[in-house]
Amino acid sequence: MAHAHKLEILRGLVKFKSNTQKIWGVLILLSIITAVEVVLGIYKPESLMGDFIGMKILNWIFIILTIVKAYYITWDFMHMRDETKALRRMVVWTAVFLICYLVFILLQEGGYIESVYSNGFVKRDF
Amino acid sequence: MDTTVANTGTEGKTWGGGNEPLKASYGKMMMWFFIVSDALTFSGFLAAYGFSRFKFIGSWPIADEVFTHVPFFHGNYPMIYVAFMTFILIMSSVTMVLAVDAGHHMQKAKVTFYMFLTIIGGLIFVGSQAWEWATFIQGDYGAVQTKGGNILQLVDNEGHRVAISDIAIGAHGERVQHERKNGLWFVSEGTLPSYTVDEVYSGLVANPNVLVRTQDINAEGEKTVLSREESLKQIKNNGQLVVEGANLHVNEYGTSLFADFFFFITGFHGFHVFSGVVINIIIFFNVILGTYERRGSYEMVEKVGLYWHFVDLVWVFVFTFFYLV
Repeated sequence: MAHAHKLEILRGLVKFKSNTQKIWGVLILLSIITAVEVVLGIYKPESLMGDFIGMKILNWIFIILTIVKAYYITWDFMHMRDETKALRRMVVWTAVFLICYLVFILLQEGGYIESVYSNGFVKRDF
Repeated sequence: MDTTVANTGTEGKTWGGGNEPLKASYGKMMMWFFIVSDALTFSGFLAAYGFSRFKFIGSWPIADEVFTHVPFFHGNYPMIYVAFMTFILIMSSVTMVLAVDAGHHMQKAKVTFYMFLTIIGGLIFVGSQAWEWATFIQGDYGAVQTKGGNILQLVDNEGHRVAISDIAIGAHGERVQHERKNGLWFVSEGTLPSYTVDEVYSGLVANPNVLVRTQDINAEGEKTVLSREESLKQIKNNGQLVVEGANLHVNEYGTSLFADFFFFITGFHGFHVFSGVVINIIIFFNVILGTYERRGSYEMVEKVGLYWHFVDLVWVFVFTFFYLV
């Protein structure tokens, strides 16, 4: 059986001996990330509440950590790491491109409507 | 990968279907393409949620004040339970991938065991989500909805929430719920709230330390608390309906869009988890019956595994956008 698994994560920083070991390693990584998110979410450190490109720094951290988690779920649990380059690109680029486009359009529009409400041209609260 | 299940008899002929540039079987590739399209569906929902949130950025409910309950414990524990749910789902993803790994080594007993654990994890998750829904629908403090559809909540001097039921003073002339049998037979009415706005108002007058908190988020990122005079004025002039809990019409925690999206997105995700559990059970029995042992390949386990991990993947995003951000 040609089940060659690539057994290193974090660009070769951590290498595993077997596939099973890698799975537990990734679980530990995902658990740490989730724990960091939960702790930040509960304590909300004052230093991270500043504004950065339209959102709080803390929210950017949450979103980046989420994407990191998504990467490891896809790459190691769904074995994307072991698929051919073509399959990987077909799946990932399609989704990433379309999602970025959709999110940009909708958030931009939502922000615009908010500005119309708050600048007082439209009254919605009677 | 040489795990292809069905053979066409044309292997080796480049244009006869024998060429496999992606080195993945038909079934696995179709599962991937389904996942891509489902991912786009979910991102459509989440982007719509983001749209509404950006639209009401100054008055959106604060998740830490909404989801504060943990089963069997009293008190205020934001995030704890949902973190537990996340961990359960990641854990069941791990047992799934271990089942896939055991399948590659043709270890039937191990596949069976790990599939079983995965199903248990999925059931715990769906149960937790049902509990989360029930708690959200039930509500905890109650609020008054204004004519403009805004939510007014009650707090004491120190900013602690005050429940409607603690201050409302019962008044005479209670309105009776309209039923088919005592009025127009072709019209029915939903359950009436336990209190009327007048009762809440007289309670507010009788409790000088209670203030009204609006939906608006101030510069410190907290909900604005009104002065005593302003509080009385708001409830008296604008109060229209007492709201307890959340449903698709009203939401005591803030804008009703929040509840709509919560029900829709977590509901759609919960439905995915549920169908995932059902599919896992089917595959589980196939494993026990030895179907894949006879077939010589456990690729079916891998395919449902892909779906199961996808459900986990979506939850990671739902968790971020509903509970963290």
